[in-house]
Amino acid sequence: MAEQTEQAEKTTVTITVDGRQVEAQPGELVIAAAERHGVYIPRFCYHPRMRSVGMCRMCVVEIDSGRGPALQPACMLPVAEGMTVDTQSAKSKKVQDGVLEFLLINHPLDCPVCDKGGECPLQDQTLAFGPGESRFVEEKRHFAKPIAISELVYLDRERCILCDRCTRFANEVAGDPLISFIDRGNHTQINTFPDEPFASYFSGNTVQICPVGALLAKPYRFRARPWDLDQVESTCTSCSVGCRIALQSSSNRLVRKLGVDVDPVNWGWLCDKGRFDFEAINSDDRLGAPLVRQGEELAQASWAEALARATEALDRAGRRPGRESIAVLGGARLGNEDAYAWSKLARTVLGTDSVDAQLGDGLPAQAVLGLPRATIDAACGADTIVLLGPDLKEELPVLYLRLRDAVVNRGAKLVELSPVETGMTRYATASLRYRPGEAAQLVRSLLELRTGDDRGNGAADPRRQAAELLRADSVVCVLGRPSLAEAPEPVCEAAAALVDALPGISFLSALRRANVHGALDMGLAPGLLPGRVSLEKGRRWFSREWGSLPSEPGLDATGILEAAANGRVACLVLLGADPLADFPDRDLARRALAGAGSVIAVDSFLTDSARQADVVLAASSFGEKSGTTTNLEGRVSRLHQKVTAPGTARADWMIAAELAFRLGGDLGLDSLEAVWDEIERLAPSHQGITRERLSSPEGFDGIVVGDVPDASDHQAPPSMAQSDSPGISGVAGHVKVDTLASTGMGSEARPDPQSGDQPAGAPEALGQAATVTGPRGMGYTEGEEPGAGAEAEAVEATVEAEHGSGGGEDVFRPSGGGGDQGTTPQRPPLLSWAGPGTTRPPPPRDRYSLRLVSSRRLYDDGTLVHHSPSLAPLAAGAHLRVHPGDLQPLGVSSGTRVGITSSRGRAVLEAVTDPGVPQGTVFVAFNQPGSAASGLIDVGQPVTEVRLETTPQDGDPGSGG
Amino acid sequence: MAVSDRSPIVTTRFERGDAHTLEGYLATGGYAGLRKALAMTPDEVIEQVKAANLQGRGGAGFPAGAKWSFLPKDVFPRYFVVNGDESEPGTCKDRPLMERDPHQLIEGLLISCYAVRASQAFIYVRGEMALAQERLAIALNGAYAAGYIGKDILGSGWSLDVILHWGAGAYIVGEETALIESLEGQRGMPRLKPPYFPAAKGLYMQPTVVNNVETLSYIPWVMQHGGEAYAAIGTEKATGLRLFALSGHVRRPGVYEVEMGTTTFRDLVEAPVYGGGMRHGNKLKAFVPGGASAPWFYPEQLDLPLDSSVVGPAGSMLGSGAVVIMDETTCAVRAAWRLVRFFAHESCGKCTPCREGASWIEKILRRIEKGNGREEDLDLLLDVGDNISPGPFPRPAVDGEEAVPFPYKQTTICPLGPSTVSPVHSSILRFRDEYRIHIKEGGCPYG
Repeated sequence: MAEQTEQAEKTTVTITVDGRQVEAQPGELVIAAAERHGVYIPRFCYHPRMRSVGMCRMCVVEIDSGRGPALQPACMLPVAEGMTVDTQSAKSKKVQDGVLEFLLINHPLDCPVCDKGGECPLQDQTLAFGPGESRFVEEKRHFAKPIAISELVYLDRERCILCDRCTRFANEVAGDPLISFIDRGNHTQINTFPDEPFASYFSGNTVQICPVGALLAKPYRFRARPWDLDQVESTCTSCSVGCRIALQSSSNRLVRKLGVDVDPVNWGWLCDKGRFDFEAINSDDRLGAPLVRQGEELAQASWAEALARATEALDRAGRRPGRESIAVLGGARLGNEDAYAWSKLARTVLGTDSVDAQLGDGLPAQAVLGLPRATIDAACGADTIVLLGPDLKEELPVLYLRLRDAVVNRGAKLVELSPVETGMTRYATASLRYRPGEAAQLVRSLLELRTGDDRGNGAADPRRQAAELLRADSVVCVLGRPSLAEAPEPVCEAAAALVDALPGISFLSALRRANVHGALDMGLAPGLLPGRVSLEKGRRWFSREWGSLPSEPGLDATGILEAAANGRVACLVLLGADPLADFPDRDLARRALAGAGSVIAVDSFLTDSARQADVVLAASSFGEKSGTTTNLEGRVSRLHQKVTAPGTARADWMIAAELAFRLGGDLGLDSLEAVWDEIERLAPSHQGITRERLSSPEGFDGIVVGDVPDASDHQAPPSMAQSDSPGISGVAGHVKVDTLASTGMGSEARPDPQSGDQPAGAPEALGQAATVTGPRGMGYTEGEEPGAGAEAEAVEATVEAEHGSGGGEDVFRPSGGGGDQGTTPQRPPLLSWAGPGTTRPPPPRDRYSLRLVSSRRLYDDGTLVHHSPSLAPLAAGAHLRVHPGDLQPLGVSSGTRVGITSSRGRAVLEAVTDPGVPQGTVFVAFNQPGSAASGLIDVGQPVTEVRLETTPQDGDPGSGG
Repeated sequence: MAVSDRSPIVTTRFERGDAHTLEGYLATGGYAGLRKALAMTPDEVIEQVKAANLQGRGGAGFPAGAKWSFLPKDVFPRYFVVNGDESEPGTCKDRPLMERDPHQLIEGLLISCYAVRASQAFIYVRGEMALAQERLAIALNGAYAAGYIGKDILGSGWSLDVILHWGAGAYIVGEETALIESLEGQRGMPRLKPPYFPAAKGLYMQPTVVNNVETLSYIPWVMQHGGEAYAAIGTEKATGLRLFALSGHVRRPGVYEVEMGTTTFRDLVEAPVYGGGMRHGNKLKAFVPGGASAPWFYPEQLDLPLDSSVVGPAGSMLGSGAVVIMDETTCAVRAAWRLVRFFAHESCGKCTPCREGASWIEKILRRIEKGNGREEDLDLLLDVGDNISPGPFPRPAVDGEEAVPFPYKQTTICPLGPSTVSPVHSSILRFRDEYRIHIKEGGCPYG
């Protein structure tokens, strides 16, 4: 490799910057190349994540491209061999002086009361590059100020320097061109269109990238001075995208979240919910102390008292026979360490496997963890992106930005399969509707079309277009839960059909909840243990350190709630879970809470469900504890504490350790670091992801947990694993980092002296190594003795391929376990995708019924939004969205309140016609203030059939009934 | 006085009442040039236009044939855009061409599109020119109906659609990249060249030719008579005829079709067939030789010929062909202020120096004219101008100083910024004393 590099032709461009020769990348802009080499050329409009416009003229410097020095904007000009840049010449200096003077003549200079004062590029660059005084003696330009351009953003047009950053962001990045220049010349201003607010889910980004104090976030305005702020870097946990952030506080109060630019994830952007929902952390409604039930009331109690009550309930329940006597619901809000501690507590001390981090609103853990996984970069780099999931703009907004960019700017083709139109629909080459419950039929029909010979005349038929796009070399499927009103099985079935038909396909999970992927990785799902191994295959490995484990898999969320409703759960633990609000079937959730012997809630807020509890243990929240979180790619990144929790609220892992201790056990976890070290040591998928790596520069972007599907359990040939997936290896520019990271134990971490036949560092080679890692080669199945004997050779070969260390590294050595490798259990195989389980067919179509579709909006009645004063009013409320053709038979118009009835319940909602909802389908947003969606859904049915009826209108008692 | 007696080319039909109709146009030899072109290969048509050395009439004066040859080979679709957004103060020569002889423009456009194999054509007409829009619309419909535009034009197998687009009243859209932005439905603001040279990345990022109305109106004649016949008119470097819009303090302001190179500014002002001399016999104070953006000339420059290759090195430009005459009764400060006010108002707001600088200069000039000037304002005006257009600024040879040749340098994207500086620089250069009087006496001596 090294020789090749030396022989290869020069791949860089040599330019001279201020007399110094530097190497730049071909195509790199002068401003970026200079900055990389330590020469900062001042700028306002230039932003590396947006198209250059060269309009503020701040970066104009003398550049000689061979025809003599000329003043040129460094943000527009790509480097060229031999170019000379002089940022210090008299002419360059005069331009800088001049432009800054121009920018300041109409600027109000009200820095003392400006949020930006102290962190303002206009201030800083005036100091560094500008004139010391102004020669402007005329009247300054005046505008009314500030004006609210949305519910979250104020605009001060006097401060604005018209750099076009916010407008470009809104137009190019967010796809919400709701702000624009209006008027011209000196009267040019940014504004919205009349009566059209800047209602973008991404509006806060414009505040962050504004180089002056022209755009202000309402939640931050006048709250702090920048020099009073203290900050840590962390990861946003508002959803599962895992955007990197700077978390800022003043006087022990969170005041701001800023996006941090990391290549593989958020590029510096945040959604407004993620940016502003820290308000909930500061809420007066936070629980600062435990509560215990005294009759009808929940009363504040000491930790000792509350823990004693909880211990008593658990202890009593634990002595009851039956696998479901204790159940733990929730955990997606928790950090990885918290989830691990609770997973260990449940399996060991509590002796239950009935744990589920998902609330019936996701997909089976086996699908999430077992399907071949893709990173965001891999999805964005694929030729074809298949979207079979929720409305990404509503649920995973920054993933929406990334995929939108892939489609708009990189030419990726999107095939959307959804029951109703979504925010992604306009970017899809082919957007196909399926009737709730019939996703698999649609996918199979596309796959049939794909393999069919008849390709002709398909240009106008979206089904044929979609089928054609499925022939692409690289296909990544973004897989989630399109609707909470239909069972997850058809989606899994559709995924299975894709896996069988498209050997190279990989999947990017679109489950929404903050750390749901981390919670699943930590084993918070029935039949699952930490490190992506099944209970049965990981039993030997874990029981050695953990002691005895539950003998058989427990219940999932629906099973837990059904059992509780039937009085078979003696103690239900709600781990930051609010099933009354979040479980799709509210009737079942209500019966479950009523039927459970006792309920222990571990939460930061007194949610509707927690109000029903016997004991409420106050948990610390995001920003109040450190640890790690895992995003939808399986990327582990760090969380940092910034403020102290209210009152005596504690981290969830501490509560788990304390309960274990009081129940006579010992989790052996006495610090956050100890928890992670145990995860790294025991969880098979997390081996090698050390704390050192996580806190190194490599960990800055997060480290993707190696996802190695165990193909031995699946009929598909080995080639279906990632190694042959061009979807991953084809992402030029991004692949290196991610492939290295995605193996979990990349060549950097574990040098591989024996793999000389594979070029080290090549993505394919690493992919290959990942393919043969452990599981399939191990041939280890439940009940068999692994390792020694006949299989030794196979094991050794496999292990060598990965580590080249004779298998020693792969062997578990518990502390004090000695070196007796012959009797030590092998690291268990990772979970694999075994295809969908049995699916319930949807009922035959009924011409009088409509099928319900329900999914979340960004702003809903969820805990964080509800307790964030700036965001709560943005929840639109519940409406019934229905195709005009389905409303017309009722004889009512859009805006009329109509009755909606399912087998579970009835609601009256305002009907809004929406051609994006196909006929035969209705849409009701989930968990909106006043929403009835979960009151209509019966999780016992594969789909939710509803009927509409007119209701008596005001002053019209005669109509409908 | 040697005024050429060359017969006009593009204004021959101006006096006919029906030249704007298809019948009137056909009755005077209309569309013969198109027929001739369609019998040739596109490359042969380009050769004729190149041979004609037909210089662009929008302002930059670039030869049309050479401009076409910048289109990258084999990149399609490529577009052809007619710049009919004539708005430079003093310039009013494209307007009569569109109003009185729209088919001549359309024929020129068709020939040009055939030559460069354009996929589609657009005519962008200034928003305020209602009659031009109406007549072009009628002419286009007539030409479509008669088979000159549309599918299989005149049975040649070649097809073209022409789209008429009305502006919304922004001067800057006369700048070709701003026009393209506007045509795309964006706010009219210029794009930076490079990389957005229209020939490479123009309309919808495709190769695009943008030609001026007058330029294209000469094409039918060039096709009929051959490129060499056109090139034989005028002088070697200033070929052909050209429309000049003469305005200001002359007896006969108007639009005149003038032979290039052999005619001088003095001819234009004094010849009985053109300006007919100064108004009231007053003395010439200064004149703008090529539209409001151009640095001023003074009586010393009157004998320069209408030839870009002479006017440029002499410190100004022929620009859009607008010659504005100012006599001795003109207040230089007020004239400069009036011109700057236009540019400040029309600055698109995209780049800082023009957006902020133009209005700053305008405020200073207004203050001086109103009697609140300060001694230091003159240096301030020049230095603010220098921050928009880094000096030395183009100027003619006066008072023993050498000329600084055109063009100006700029810290802005387009020349609108430097255009603001022109009147300031030109007026202070020659009339600094008038400024001093304004400042000293606290007002305008001209009343």
